[in-house]
Amino acid sequence: MSETLALGRIPLDDYAELLGAGEIEELRALASPLRGRSIQMVNSTAVGGGVAEILTRLVPLAEELDLNIKWEVMSGGEDFFEVTKAFHNALHGAPYHASQKDFDVFLSYNQRNREKLALDGEFVVIHDPQPAALIEARKPGTNHWVWRCHIDLSRPNRVVWDFLEQFVSKYDGAMFSSPEFSRQLPIPQYLFYPAIDPLSEKNCELEQDFIAQVLARYDIDPQRTILTQISRFDRLKDPVGVIRAYRIVKRYFDCQLVLAGGSASDDPEGAVVLKEVLREADSDRDIKVLELPAWAPLEVNALQRASTIVLQKSLREGFGLTVSEALWKKKPVVASAVGGIPIQIIHKHTGLLAHSVEGAAYQIRFLLSHPEIAAKLGEHGHEHVKENFLITQKLKRYLTLFLTLARGS
Amino acid sequence: MNAAETPFEFFTVSYLTRIGNQSAGTLAELLTGLEHCSDASIFHHTFQTLGSHHFLTEGFSNDFAQWVLSDTNRNDLAEQLAVLDIRDYVSIAALRRDLCRAVGDYCNTYPHFAGQSALERFYFCESVEVTVPLGRTARTLDEFRNGVAHLSHSGFYFHFISSRLRLQLRTNDFSHWLADGLGLQTLSESVNHIDIYTNTLDSARAKLLRLIDRERRKA
Repeated sequence: MSETLALGRIPLDDYAELLGAGEIEELRALASPLRGRSIQMVNSTAVGGGVAEILTRLVPLAEELDLNIKWEVMSGGEDFFEVTKAFHNALHGAPYHASQKDFDVFLSYNQRNREKLALDGEFVVIHDPQPAALIEARKPGTNHWVWRCHIDLSRPNRVVWDFLEQFVSKYDGAMFSSPEFSRQLPIPQYLFYPAIDPLSEKNCELEQDFIAQVLARYDIDPQRTILTQISRFDRLKDPVGVIRAYRIVKRYFDCQLVLAGGSASDDPEGAVVLKEVLREADSDRDIKVLELPAWAPLEVNALQRASTIVLQKSLREGFGLTVSEALWKKKPVVASAVGGIPIQIIHKHTGLLAHSVEGAAYQIRFLLSHPEIAAKLGEHGHEHVKENFLITQKLKRYLTLFLTLARGS
Repeated sequence: MNAAETPFEFFTVSYLTRIGNQSAGTLAELLTGLEHCSDASIFHHTFQTLGSHHFLTEGFSNDFAQWVLSDTNRNDLAEQLAVLDIRDYVSIAALRRDLCRAVGDYCNTYPHFAGQSALERFYFCESVEVTVPLGRTARTLDEFRNGVAHLSHSGFYFHFISSRLRLQLRTNDFSHWLADGLGLQTLSESVNHIDIYTNTLDSARAKLLRLIDRERRKA
């Protein structure tokens, strides 16, 4: 069943203390010409995943600005989501042989949703490939349709992309998280960063007592250096590489390593990687491998805030918002130069980039030797996130897009 | 207190980044891109980046210099690009000419570096600008001070930095109004001398407010 979601209120003024009253005044000024005009956000899931997480916060904030915004969730059966999951992986570059049946399943569910959903908003934002073919419901010359792609399309499966492109090229514009992720298209393409919410449980300020409790629970010594990587147990996040970098650092600095991610119990591949990680850790009492229940946002927040340095040594990455989470907390970050990470880490300005285990170890040692530089990187990182990767900035970008589209017509 | 006939009207600006179809993997390709990209692209990578990285004051003045430094490791060319001061330009065409000259001369002098692959590609983007009035005006120095103090970063950037291109003068909105509206020529010049490269937007604003306060004490 397709559904329109109703969400609780998030007062916009709550952000004024963090961002300054001028920033909130600016949002109101940008929204003023759009007051009462209708916007529809459409995706394929109400819970779970980054898009739903962002819309859960973005939609109430837009309502605070008196925009007539609705969030519609398209419906689909198991067969549809199997196909779209395969499309998703193929668009990321994984090998996949698409059959005509797969395309038929995709088209059939899009057709059914076109009949169910009233897509008559002045601005319609379609998120990701699943609902991309809803564009066929658009009446010529009526409203503005844009496609927000959260996927790295730099090396897509050609057959799947060619199939999708026929729909994407009918939109008024497409938005990507990095210029590298974009495609050659006949429509304007815009840069739209993912965002974190500074008031969410994962990023809000915490009491020192709570942080101390979390450290005690996991037997982490707050008096000693703490290196942390927060990520699921996935080879592309290179947790084994992180342990090897830690071992190099350990030759010169006393330190602990925290590897924290979601529980691997319902993820067969994650369980295999977790075993590899535990084998590499080799019962080192200073390596804490933590399986956090459903990502325990407050605990992640506490671990990040308690860290001396935060790492994100991924081999491949989408955008890697854990980097922004750490930067927001003014933490020095050492991360790989992959995916969207270099957008967040401007090397030597908002953090340090590395290209290997040895390189990561060197950068960590450098920061441990120069805490004043580490602190400065953390400060600049915080400002960089404030300027570019907060939910309020994302809202501002949407307002600017809608004003631009309206001006164009 | 002296009141201006024409009030200062406070605006703010928001930019959408449009991804272009050009990219560069070598210095030679950067030169081609610089020659052919839109004016909005030159603006985006020079004027606008100064606003979006307003908290950095060391070693970051425009995207071209940053890419040449971090991805091609040509420190000398990066320095030549970084010292191009947008305050010296009242047109994008002139700025483009100097960017092209710096990269072109370097490629001619060091042809073996011109074709070397960079670590990461440079993607040409452009800024799409939307400006909106904030509904606040100032006629006196006190009202002006209050308005400046409450501007967002973007609003401050719009009046203090990007206005230079709009005015086509070697000045900014604040200085222009202080001189023309209130006849405060000396204050206007002092404000125009605040260094936008060695200050953050916040510290530039703090300096501006201090200059205004000094002027108010004189009155």
